[in-house]
Amino acid sequence: MAKLIQTEEETLLSEAAHGFLSKSAPVSRLREMRDSGEHSDPALWQEMAAAGWAGVLVPEAAEGSDMGHAAAHVLAREMGRNLTVSPFLSTAVMAATLLRQFSDDSATSKLKQIAVGGLTYALALDETAKFSPDQVELTAQSRGNGYVLNGKKRFVVDGCDADRILVLAKSDAGLCLFDLANKAQGLTQNALKMIDSRDAADLIFDDVEVSGEALLGDPGAGFDVLKPALEAGQAALAAETTGLAEAAFSLTTDYLKERKQFGITIGSFQALQHRAAHLWCEIELTHSAVLNAGRILDETPDQATLAVSVAKARATDTAQKSVQEGVQMHGGIGMTDEFDMGFYMKRARVAAEWLGDYGYHAGLVAQLRGF
Amino acid sequence: MGEVNAGRDHAEFRREVREWLETNCPPEMRDGAAGESSICWGGTTWVFTCDEQKIWLDRCAARGFTVPTWPKAYGGAGLSRDEDKILKQEMQAIGARSPLDSFGIWMLGPALLKFGTEEQKLHYLPPIARGEIRWCQGYSEPGAGSDLAGVQTHAADQGETWLVNGQKIWTSYADRADWIFALLRTNRDAKKHLGISFVLMDMRSPGITTRPIQLISGASPFCETFFENVEVPKTQVVGTIDRGWDVAKYLLTHEREMISNGGNAMGSGRALGAVLTESETGQSDPVLRGDAMRAEVDSLAMAMTLERYKDQAEGGQGVGDASAMLKYMGTELNKTRLELIMATDGADALTWGDTPASSWLRTKANSIEGGTSEVMLSIISRRILNLPG
Repeated sequence: MAKLIQTEEETLLSEAAHGFLSKSAPVSRLREMRDSGEHSDPALWQEMAAAGWAGVLVPEAAEGSDMGHAAAHVLAREMGRNLTVSPFLSTAVMAATLLRQFSDDSATSKLKQIAVGGLTYALALDETAKFSPDQVELTAQSRGNGYVLNGKKRFVVDGCDADRILVLAKSDAGLCLFDLANKAQGLTQNALKMIDSRDAADLIFDDVEVSGEALLGDPGAGFDVLKPALEAGQAALAAETTGLAEAAFSLTTDYLKERKQFGITIGSFQALQHRAAHLWCEIELTHSAVLNAGRILDETPDQATLAVSVAKARATDTAQKSVQEGVQMHGGIGMTDEFDMGFYMKRARVAAEWLGDYGYHAGLVAQLRGF
Repeated sequence: MGEVNAGRDHAEFRREVREWLETNCPPEMRDGAAGESSICWGGTTWVFTCDEQKIWLDRCAARGFTVPTWPKAYGGAGLSRDEDKILKQEMQAIGARSPLDSFGIWMLGPALLKFGTEEQKLHYLPPIARGEIRWCQGYSEPGAGSDLAGVQTHAADQGETWLVNGQKIWTSYADRADWIFALLRTNRDAKKHLGISFVLMDMRSPGITTRPIQLISGASPFCETFFENVEVPKTQVVGTIDRGWDVAKYLLTHEREMISNGGNAMGSGRALGAVLTESETGQSDPVLRGDAMRAEVDSLAMAMTLERYKDQAEGGQGVGDASAMLKYMGTELNKTRLELIMATDGADALTWGDTPASSWLRTKANSIEGGTSEVMLSIISRRILNLPG
């Protein structure tokens, strides 16, 4: 049974990712992108693909590096520390996990393209302001050997720039999952100006025709096909969010050690020491939850729901606490755009909603624990 | 939390354990964690609650299962941590009671294994494993609180023996213990932490008296213990003379981990979910339900953290100062859990007797004993976060 400690390979991966991201995609890069109105960095994604990151969950048969979920979490955590922008979660984690359930030529060819950074994906799920993936109103009507999609999806992360879209729709047979080009006729992307400066869109499906081959899995089995991908994404997002919490915390403790008031370093005030120490405890517990989720996704993925929801709930909560304490302990400077804490705060808030907020996941935990 | 997957190598061991438990665990000992009254503490004055409790203890002791990971030579079963996990899982699966709980197992044993001489190990460990000798801990002193190094109880050098005088407080179950492990000041001239020794004493030695302290829970788990011209042979010092603080620190790590396990060793072991489902209030009160969800998420993350730290310790990286985190978070969570159980049971919980009230009252000490929560937070901020003193 795998231990809840980093393996040597994971430590090496984490060091490599840390070195690369702090140079090529640190918070200052996000600031540059925000200021110039860009929300993706294709050149960076090419470099990540070259390092095997895009193929982290692509099987070796499809030319991926197939390092597994725990390794994906190592990468996501480093991206969280640096607030690195990339299609990693939507494409390398969720789309790859989804497509590797199929062994046909089409899925294999898409996985190959994902692994080399040649194809990106977005998941179109939400239809209301809150995450609730199995409540679907977008319709898929049979026409000939294909379908016609009508409806709207909200808060589709990477929805503007992704090459392809995975969309859950309601048909006569039940929920169906479709894989279609983001440029499909009748599909409109309304870009959202997000507080975290990243790519997200509302998608309007107006008589979008797709062939029968666009359907992944059996008609009516859409949610079953989606579920492993969703859980992989939720856990990886928890890892990213934990990295974010750690980075915000370390900015804060550095500040506590250098900032002087009333002639004394503020880090010597017990009121602040105890709050910082409590936050560290919270981060430790959350880190364990993320490690556990990674191990279970790699070993017994069909039993991962509880572990994933504990990780996502904890990570959401911990990151919020970390950025709030971060701003408060920095005082006025914490509120300025010039200082990076605001970027951490905004990303933490978006990550809290994406793929299910605290209440959604705590609810799942309670249900699985019998209440 | 996903069950730990033991893998193929362990299947055989799991089967053996399952069969052994099936044959050896009396049905009466399979009522799950039935609360504090079902714990078997052992010792020379122990009165078994029923024959099966003794049978269960003896069978486990003979198989090394009271201290599964200790070496066989000292009464253990020499199990690896993975095997130990499997044993615990299988015991849990049939609701088997712990055969023996004791400070000897949780605290003194690990300290002796690390710091004891071979002679001391062979002499003291097997009786602990068999539940024959019950131990108590003599750390705190009146007025010292969490400042454990403020030891005043003095051991005067008489050549072959020490002459001990002073007083300890909060000595858990000292009135029922056979032996005590205590911190004594053996050198008044050395620096505070450097003049302390870790000493084992027979509670029947002339000059030792003990008096229980009644707590708000109505129970008296703690005592005051007095030492008046008590003679102790020097062979009963563990580790180096005057360097008992090293032993104490190591042992404290175990104590913090033990306390952070919450529910297992103290208070009501009922799972929050089960309590809520059984009660009308739990089903209908949205605030209670919300608080319970949060507590459940946190408890699961805590359990994962204990696993992670054990894995770390096994991999050779000690838990060290992070044990302060386990103690702090574990005890705070335990208090929250009992508070929620009280709220769920409402008026039913408020009377003395077979109610959660005594456990709830007991948990209030969790964040005080073994170093207060504030001391734990200060340890973390100074030693882990390196914030200025």
